[in-house]
Amino acid sequence: MSDLLNGQAPAGPEADAGDDVLIRADNIVKYFPVKGNGLVRRTVANVQAVDGVSLTVKRGQTLGLVGETGCGKSTLARCIAGLIPVTSGKVYFEGKDITNLPRRTMQPFRREIQMIFQDPYGSLNPRRRVGAIIGDPFAVHKTATGSERKKAVQELMERVGLNPEHYNRFPAEFSGGQRQRIGVARALALRPKLIICDEPVSALDVSIQAQVLNLLSDLQSEFGLSYLFIAHDLEVVRHVSDAVTVMYLGRVAESGPGNQVYDHSRHPYSTALLSAAPAADPDAAAERQRVLLTGDVPSPIHPPSGCRFHPRCPKAQDLCGTTEPALENKAGDPSTHLTACHFPVEAGEDLARVGRREQS
Amino acid sequence: MSLLEVTDLRVSFPTADGIVQAVRGVSFAVERGRTLGIVGESGSGKTVLTQSLLGLTPGGQISGTAVFDGVNLVGLEPKSMQRIRGKDIAVIFQDPLTSLHPLYKVGWQITEMIRAHDKSVSKKQAMERAVELLGHVGIPRPRERVNDYPHQFSGGMRQRVMIAMAISLSPKLIVADEPTTALDATVQAQIIDLLLRLQRESNTALMMITHDLGVVADIADEVMVMYAGRAAEKASKRDIFYQPHHPYTKGLLESIPRSSAAAERLKPITGQPPSLIRLPSGCAFHPRCAYVMDRCLTDQPELVPVAEAGEHRSACWLPAAATGLSDDVEELRRRTVEMGRTDEAAKVAEKIAAAPESEGSVIA
Repeated sequence: MSDLLNGQAPAGPEADAGDDVLIRADNIVKYFPVKGNGLVRRTVANVQAVDGVSLTVKRGQTLGLVGETGCGKSTLARCIAGLIPVTSGKVYFEGKDITNLPRRTMQPFRREIQMIFQDPYGSLNPRRRVGAIIGDPFAVHKTATGSERKKAVQELMERVGLNPEHYNRFPAEFSGGQRQRIGVARALALRPKLIICDEPVSALDVSIQAQVLNLLSDLQSEFGLSYLFIAHDLEVVRHVSDAVTVMYLGRVAESGPGNQVYDHSRHPYSTALLSAAPAADPDAAAERQRVLLTGDVPSPIHPPSGCRFHPRCPKAQDLCGTTEPALENKAGDPSTHLTACHFPVEAGEDLARVGRREQS
Repeated sequence: MSLLEVTDLRVSFPTADGIVQAVRGVSFAVERGRTLGIVGESGSGKTVLTQSLLGLTPGGQISGTAVFDGVNLVGLEPKSMQRIRGKDIAVIFQDPLTSLHPLYKVGWQITEMIRAHDKSVSKKQAMERAVELLGHVGIPRPRERVNDYPHQFSGGMRQRVMIAMAISLSPKLIVADEPTTALDATVQAQIIDLLLRLQRESNTALMMITHDLGVVADIADEVMVMYAGRAAEKASKRDIFYQPHHPYTKGLLESIPRSSAAAERLKPITGQPPSLIRLPSGCAFHPRCAYVMDRCLTDQPELVPVAEAGEHRSACWLPAAATGLSDDVEELRRRTVEMGRTDEAAKVAEKIAAAPESEGSVIA
């Protein structure tokens, strides 16, 4: 782990010229309009799915994106991949601005940024043969045809641990783990530089999950891939990530090097999230002090004022309800570790006890 | 006497492709006030096992016995089953959205449940009870929320409604089938906390079916690991996690990413679970087992004790002493396997070693 910027925004747009930053998202905002029922269908509100998020993914590294349902992590990923237009903010790929590019201009960049989706059943067309599915990227980008394409597809299948002889089978003939391998092969076809993995192993059983994680890690070292890795399983994210960004309700709560965020989390939300993750270890589970959050994640249509986490935060004070905390480096943390909190968790502080006192 | 005692339960489904042997001779007991965790991957038979106990497997051929509070649930006529299901045995399913009726208010659904089992309760009394229950499971403003529809609740809140329904008739046993799988980590923690609290208050027995070893480590007292319709290993929670005997249990534990070894390579189990129509001969796990021996190919191991004291049982041909994760034990396993392996088993072992990471053949 170098101490270069990681999982955060550098000072200006020039900062990534020539260094090892592959993709940089700068202050991304994505609102989905909520239409009224009237004749004109005016926009009555906005779902503020992503509200000012910056991050960087470095060459050959993995940035883990963690957060609960509805925190905007998948929307952010789709914005970065250029699948949906952003409301405001910029996406830079190797220093070039690729924000909301027209279709044709975007085409060369699409080769470089690929996605693997969560549901290995829903992301493969059930009526097409596996060979055709994996060969699609070659067809779309007109890079290989005929027997050349077939050979390339079979090489890919072999590389991801599928039998190349199964070229002519349909997705239904494969198990969940194998389908996810098909998705990986398709993403890999054009030798992209960045693969966005949106919950790639969530639908798989643990023994199969480990197979796919190992495959992803092998491919990373073989092809020098970068991953933006989204998952709700914190242990999985920790296992694969160099840097981690924790999101809450459309904003970044905390970001920094993986071990730093996991072992010395400063944001009360990260602390609660980490303490809630089930550990497959009975003794650790018995010893652990859970920070039980009360209530649910608020609606992103009307997010709370000030710090968005304050209505559920065991440490919240008056300031939190009025002033939005900046994502900044806190005293005593390495320069790459950023936290958006007025009253960050101190080392050795028992947040579980704070929470209990508040409740009683 | 145990609250529920299941002996040699078998469930199979005749299909056009052949007989699906979903559960193949499982025996276990659930005690009052205790939690049994049933762990297994997709297709291990854990859900069919519990549904067959409740008469929820139409078309399934069930044999064996399951004595609950003096009544054998297997072959029980539907009328009698209806009286037990929901009242004495409550069920919480994985997906609270599909298990609640979308067109009825949750209050109505809870009162319906109460009145279905006890007609003497008036609608008003039942509604009072529903309000009380919703409050008890931690739903704020229960008096207003009884008039809401399921879609007006979040996932975690819906699961609380399901739990409120489950405890409404003070059941003796709660069967929870992946109750937290669809929920986020912080909400999952809340629900597990709630289940543990309710269990402490009323001495209810709990059967927790899950694929998540983390949930088991939190909530279970005893654990049964299932593979291909049979119990692979059964022991106290600590024995399962720290002294595993069955190579499948060991494999499961090793394939989870752990914080203590973040940078290390994961050790997945090779291949994939077998088809329940065409099961492998001998031990069903042998095509994926790194410790495969000759007899594993032909003889099916029974669930036998592997420790002198306690109730640690494993269905594996490895010697009883091969328990745990230490290097000495690994050495013992290696030596045993060396002696017990000739031509056939050696070929299987070679195949496993040659393709350590890729999955086996296509299921079709």
